[in-house]
Amino acid sequence: MKYLDEYRDSEVAAKILAEMRRIQTRPWVLMEVCGGQTHSIVKHGIDHLLPPGVELVHGPGCPVCVTPLEMIDKAHAIARCQNVIFCSFGDMLRVPGSDGDLFTIKSLGGDVRIVYSPLDCLKIARANPDRQVVFFAIGFETTAPANAMLAWRAREDKVNNLSLLVSHVLVPPALEAILSAPDNRVNGFLGPGHVCAVMGYSEYEPISARFHVPIVITGFEPIDILHGVLMTLQQLEEGRATVENQYSRILDRTGNLPAQNLIGKVFEVGDRKWRGIGSIPRSGYRLRPEFASHDAEKIFDVAEIATLEPAICISGEILRGIKKPHDCPAFGTQCSPQRPLGATMVSAEGACAAYYAYGRHLNPQGMDAPLNQIESAPVPVVLG
Amino acid sequence: MPMAIAPETVKVKEEERVSPVFGSCPLPIFDHKQIVLGHGSGGKLTSELIERIFLPAFSNPILDKLDDQALLSIGGMRLAFTTDSFVVTPIFFPGGDIGRLAVHGTVNDLSMSGARPLYLSAAFILEEGLRVEDLCRVVESMRAAAADSGVHFVTGDTKVVNRGKGDQIFITTTGIGVVEASVNISASRAQPGDCILLSGTIGDHGMAIMSQREGLEFESEISSDCASLHDLVAQMLATPSETTDFLHCLRDPTRGGVATTLNEIAKASHSGMLLQEQAIPVRESVRGACEILGLDPLYVANEGKLLAVVVPEMGEAVLGRMRQHPLGRDAAIIGEVVATHPGMVLMKTGIGGTRVLDVMFGEQLPRIC
Repeated sequence: MKYLDEYRDSEVAAKILAEMRRIQTRPWVLMEVCGGQTHSIVKHGIDHLLPPGVELVHGPGCPVCVTPLEMIDKAHAIARCQNVIFCSFGDMLRVPGSDGDLFTIKSLGGDVRIVYSPLDCLKIARANPDRQVVFFAIGFETTAPANAMLAWRAREDKVNNLSLLVSHVLVPPALEAILSAPDNRVNGFLGPGHVCAVMGYSEYEPISARFHVPIVITGFEPIDILHGVLMTLQQLEEGRATVENQYSRILDRTGNLPAQNLIGKVFEVGDRKWRGIGSIPRSGYRLRPEFASHDAEKIFDVAEIATLEPAICISGEILRGIKKPHDCPAFGTQCSPQRPLGATMVSAEGACAAYYAYGRHLNPQGMDAPLNQIESAPVPVVLG
Repeated sequence: MPMAIAPETVKVKEEERVSPVFGSCPLPIFDHKQIVLGHGSGGKLTSELIERIFLPAFSNPILDKLDDQALLSIGGMRLAFTTDSFVVTPIFFPGGDIGRLAVHGTVNDLSMSGARPLYLSAAFILEEGLRVEDLCRVVESMRAAAADSGVHFVTGDTKVVNRGKGDQIFITTTGIGVVEASVNISASRAQPGDCILLSGTIGDHGMAIMSQREGLEFESEISSDCASLHDLVAQMLATPSETTDFLHCLRDPTRGGVATTLNEIAKASHSGMLLQEQAIPVRESVRGACEILGLDPLYVANEGKLLAVVVPEMGEAVLGRMRQHPLGRDAAIIGEVVATHPGMVLMKTGIGGTRVLDVMFGEQLPRIC
């Protein structure tokens, strides 16, 4: 398949790996920011191919994972309401709140629907004028333009029975939070390709300069990721720290200006809670006041809902690259995708769920190399 | 439009209230208070339902094997016996319909024991308001599929439920067939060294249904692979060989796909499986649709494909035989049975990494981004 097979070529992979081995002189810890990259790394076994001493830790870029439990509970409270059609992307349906998931609510008679595009909600709202249609608008900058377009169209077309429950988060403040932590061990980042396709990458330049850390904006196919790792290693070994673009076939420094323009018209930046990490200042989007009549948090009485995360879960440390899934005693035993205890197990793109889905908890004979073990001092989990 | 079957008894009733089967049993330990869709996905939740609720109630040596069909010895004759319900939405889809599926699904479950399928029953649950024209289309499709498969419907039943209490039409088919004395096929028989054969491209049925159900439009239409595999199995069994016992396991990778089916064989035989990702045939259109939706074709349902585990020295010969058959044109050897990691399925990925293929948890869900 064009644009796919050439990025899964084993000969190209072997060449990149040989170059990594040639230039590497000491151990490095790299973080892939995006959950899609984590998924691809574990799916293709990329971490087992890297030279010893090049360690990948998994970042906070899984939108489902970092959506706070409290917001999930708000979503469920709304979905349980009579007369509501609750629309969501598919992978939010299995995320458990304090009492069951959206599948359970559906099995109890709630009208929960999977949509493939946020704009599908317009059709649903028009077809059901006597019911309130609510879309669970979550994600990073990647999904923000389509979600913004839904709010924009709802207001412009006067689709008054349509609202959005918004829980949008932004990547750059999360990277700053990770790098500012005293126990940070990340030496370089594989930056989030799809986020930067929307936003460009100029906003990562001050972060790279301030913390003297290489950031290589990277794609999602195996060769993209290996290439991103190599480019980061080259910078580290040469003592450089800049923003570079591995994913140039998709994006440039500027990003998608019409999309950014639309985001600016619909959303404003505000403080956000991140599941497993806690509150980060100016790290998310909320609807602008002029969209209040389409803001589900204002239409439904959910302001009182406040939920704390289970204390046993180490997902905060996993999302910041301090620990890996198998460092957790609950991983694969008390905690599984069926009974997730925290952020990184709830979605397929979460590091714990990806490790679980690809059988890393089974630790079979016949895998290429032993899983990297991390030795790190225990650190307190920051809860929101 | 001819009505192909004459059910033995036709009872048309209003909605029947079924008494709770386990009303007298103590409530089993179960994670869910209600049944959720994932319990029907063929993955871990389905296993949980079977192991915690059905098996404790119905356990016996034949059922406990958990094969797709029961093998019964009656009066010196070996019979294969199986049943399956079909609840697909939409009822008509590219490459097939619920009626065709209901015949092929049960014929295939019989064929996977090496049986020659003979007779079927059909039970219909019809929703009030179903168009008779649609019912006739489904029934005609069942007639044609049964004729192709060389089986006859010999008994049946009909119920009608109130509008909104069913989804147009649900069909249950039960089948019976004869197994020759020389045939000994079971998921428990996979042995280290055996080759794993796959009869063609994977994921066609599941992606055809999903694209139709969700109104997803792809450049090229994806058609279901829905087909009866009895003749392909007969051809495979007739491969010239010095030993008669060269075909150890056969399974059709329906719900849960190839990955889930191979896990079942690995667990039943206490052996490991090692696959080569690049050897597994996937149609371009299916691969593209899966990439867009974030699904894995290894976990997507098939309705006209089989997996075979064959002694190593016969692998190429059986493969050649399969490729001569229209339903096995794209057949491939996709891996081997190994002694390491018993009960588990591993796969060498295209770029040379290794990945564990575990059993699917519930329904595969399209990803956010």
